[in-house]
Amino acid sequence: MDTFFQLFVSGLATGSIYALAAIGFTLLWQASQTINFAQGEFIMLPAFLVLAGTQFLGLSFPVAMAIALVLSLLLLGLGFKRIIIDPLLPHGVLPIVIATIALGILMKESVKQFYTAEAQPFPALFSDRTLNVLGAAISVQDIAVLLIALGAVALLQLFLNRTKIGRCMQATAQNPNVAEILGVPVRRMILYTFLINGTLAFLASILISPIYLAKFSNGETLGLIAFIAAIVGGFNQIRGALAGGLLIGVIDNLSAAYVSASYRSAVPLILLIIIILVRPQGLLGKAEGRTV
Amino acid sequence: MSKHTLATLVAGLAILILLPFTQSNYGVFVLCSWLVYSISAMGLNLTLGYAGQVSLAQASFMGIGAYMTALMTMAGVPWPVAMIAAMVLCFVIGFLLGYPALRVQHHFLAFITLAFNALVVLVLRNEEWLTGGTYGIVGIPRPEVLGLPTQTPLAFYFFVLALFVLMAAALYAIIRSPWGRTFKALRENPIRANSLGVDIRKTTLLAFAIGSSYGGLAGSLLAQLTQFIDPHSFGLTVSLKVLLMVIVGGAGFFFGPILGALLIVLAPEFLRFTEGYYLMIYATLVIVLMVFCPTGLLGLVERARTALKLKQNPNATTWEAGR
Repeated sequence: MDTFFQLFVSGLATGSIYALAAIGFTLLWQASQTINFAQGEFIMLPAFLVLAGTQFLGLSFPVAMAIALVLSLLLLGLGFKRIIIDPLLPHGVLPIVIATIALGILMKESVKQFYTAEAQPFPALFSDRTLNVLGAAISVQDIAVLLIALGAVALLQLFLNRTKIGRCMQATAQNPNVAEILGVPVRRMILYTFLINGTLAFLASILISPIYLAKFSNGETLGLIAFIAAIVGGFNQIRGALAGGLLIGVIDNLSAAYVSASYRSAVPLILLIIIILVRPQGLLGKAEGRTV
Repeated sequence: MSKHTLATLVAGLAILILLPFTQSNYGVFVLCSWLVYSISAMGLNLTLGYAGQVSLAQASFMGIGAYMTALMTMAGVPWPVAMIAAMVLCFVIGFLLGYPALRVQHHFLAFITLAFNALVVLVLRNEEWLTGGTYGIVGIPRPEVLGLPTQTPLAFYFFVLALFVLMAAALYAIIRSPWGRTFKALRENPIRANSLGVDIRKTTLLAFAIGSSYGGLAGSLLAQLTQFIDPHSFGLTVSLKVLLMVIVGGAGFFFGPILGALLIVLAPEFLRFTEGYYLMIYATLVIVLMVFCPTGLLGLVERARTALKLKQNPNATTWEAGR
């Protein structure tokens, strides 16, 4: 039972990081029907930006973090939108899928070539002490990660529901044409969405890298899991992506211990197939009215 | 088929027959892999280009075909039986996989096939008693055709070429048949096709299943070509590679995937001198291609042709010029 509880909590912690990535997916999909297959690499990159800042430029850790955040916004938010998505959007989803797959390869290979192929330790943000909760050893890091990620999601929800810009973004997500008529600057709202995705990727990156180590190939697993989490929870709901992320994190952790280590990664995949067949809109998603 | 097209086809075939004689063994091997991947990409083009469904599982069908052929021929089953069995199995699995996926909604096929591909690789890797796990299977025999062995690269090339021509002709017949034309109708306007009495789901499903069986045959040939298979050769990256072949060449164009496969198979050979930068250059090229020409290379040719015709005959509508 203690082990179960321990696995459960650390599953929630990694799950909350998956949720950040899955929410980014969901936001981009809502705002501009963009499926970003490079989402995993988006999470891999910021950690390396921080490392490059501290190791090559000799910056202190907080300064490097700040610069990496700005770079993430510029590269993963603005640059991604301007250079790849804007020219491709008129041509439908498929070219975007292909281009983002290629972008993922480009980012992965660039890090491998120009930085290193070795896994790099990333400074822990929190102490690795463990607390004794109900007889189970729960690490402070897990709890802190969980709290920060959930806090970020709560902030995002507040922003979307309570501020004018947030509501304009929601209007854009629901129906860009009507939003445009009502005077919402749709293009700017879409840009904000991309910037938020960049921020979430940065946050996920610095939270997961101390646990996983920073490695150029981290994106492969992260991207797939975030993708599954978004679909399982509901592609058109932030709550859904959050629930999906937590669920996948917990299931992944538990199945490694209780099902079989070699078929561990099969469990989320099977869950994905079942969900698509039984409840295609996802656990918390709303069915979309469109048929074509 | 016009006289012009026929002449081009005959010339193309003549080049394909003569070309390997000018090549080293390695060159012939590269040509063989091009033809094999072309068969796979032709199948995916039926699913993607004609029926408009994104599948990310073509490599898993190649894997199923490859392991089926390897296991059967090594157990002493004659190669034609093994290869046909591989195709039939892929057809059936494609049908079973597509049926529930298409029942839901069309872009879910992409997600289901993505998961399916990952699952197939997991099974190939973990079921060591059958598949040899990560070590794969070594020493897959090459077939003996009409009493002639195909051990030499050249002989095997002609075996692959014959099957390639056969499969291309079959695909051409399928697309030109009234049934095949419904694919195009479906892709252009699903609602109108439906109102004209096209059973959308059945047509799409069959396109997916036939496309999968092409993947099975390609896998079967790949196993005999390399004489070694492992789960890594049939992962998601390979599925994406085949998808890329279709898109780069031009989805929905008959020769699109063949051209795409040529480029994707040859690109590493040409970019070899760039060593570690190869994948970066390659990825950049793909992004640039997508930004400037999302309909693929043949789409670019088509656009240029339409523009030229418009120039010659300014009164024609775009539609007429595009004919």
